Amino acid sequence: MSEYGIYLYAVTPDVSGNATAGTTPDEATGTTAGAGPGTRPERAADVSRDTRRGTGPGPGGGTARLHGVLGGPVRPIRHAGLVAHVGEVPLDQFGEGPLRRLLEDLDWVEGVARAHHHVVEALAAAGPVAPVRLVTVYTGEDQIRDLLDRRRDDFADLLARVAGRHEWGVKAYVTRAAPPAPPAVPASGRGSASPGTAYLQRRKASLRSREDVWRAAAERAERLHAALGEIAVAGRRHRPQDPQLSGRSDVMVLNGAYLVDPDRDGEFAAALDAFRGEGMDVELTGPWAPYSFTSLDLGSDRGGGTR
Amino acid sequence: MTIDGSRGRALAAEGRLPAERVALVDLLDRLLAGGVVVTGELVLSIADIELVRISLRALLASVRDADEEEGDDEPSWP
Repeated sequence: MSEYGIYLYAVTPDVSGNATAGTTPDEATGTTAGAGPGTRPERAADVSRDTRRGTGPGPGGGTARLHGVLGGPVRPIRHAGLVAHVGEVPLDQFGEGPLRRLLEDLDWVEGVARAHHHVVEALAAAGPVAPVRLVTVYTGEDQIRDLLDRRRDDFADLLARVAGRHEWGVKAYVTRAAPPAPPAVPASGRGSASPGTAYLQRRKASLRSREDVWRAAAERAERLHAALGEIAVAGRRHRPQDPQLSGRSDVMVLNGAYLVDPDRDGEFAAALDAFRGEGMDVELTGPWAPYSFTSLDLGSDRGGGTR
Repeated sequence: MTIDGSRGRALAAEGRLPAERVALVDLLDRLLAGGVVVTGELVLSIADIELVRISLRALLASVRDADEEEGDDEPSWP
């Protein structure tokens, strides 16, 4: 096993390579010529990539001075009309055994997550990006080229979908406001109920009203999600964060992510504002790179590469 | 990422944080339950790691669970 692995951060279109039109000849030869084993129709593209390399990173490939995990440099692998952004990582940390241990170290996880995020953010600022899930490590560059070959259509579809759009995060909480004043149990009317009974009545009423507040907030969260979904190109829900993790004692009722066209940001904000208050607090995060909308599962498909 | 209109700017001003101040939990929601998942022919991916023993399991497993319910658009309410 080599000492280093290749950490994959994200995939972007190869805009310097005329990605949309440039692949057509390759596809034609690749699908119709019945190329024999070992014949790689992408060779021609490889050569042109190499000649381009001398001109420095093209637009959208601006990872020249980008640093990622453990401060290591990020470099592009251009292939099949795509750019994979990668860096070397030592297997004494990113090998399976060491990683199991290190994943228990929150500081380490945070360092990796923030470095990964930093790279994705920089790429997102330059153009469409398909972030790859945290800690995806290959044995070598050939495996990454192979991935780009096999999944170029999936990546192209995905990148076209997120191009020019960004992700907003919306978290809604039930504010644990004191329930409305407990139903009046006249303090003077001691004869009507024992203190214990009165307590139980108050408690029951309080529980009921708290439940009502919660149910109302959950319903409002549903409507908020639907309203934001109408404006967004796509929406999805992450699992609500535990109060321990959110840092708030309030119960989260919505942890949504929305892919939005920037020219509809204003509408999005207005829709959000309309749901503030009335027992619900709403937090906005972003704009994010479209992490939540690129959760494409690129399994080890060996389907003959006909896709 | 240009935001048009004052509304949009206000929105961005509210939401946007320097990368180092983004809440880790929000980031991990996205880095562990989003993004392209690649399996096979890897040294490893996070998908391969058994997370139950990890002391961060409250953090990671909660995200993982959501991810594993296919159709996680509809997580069950707590």
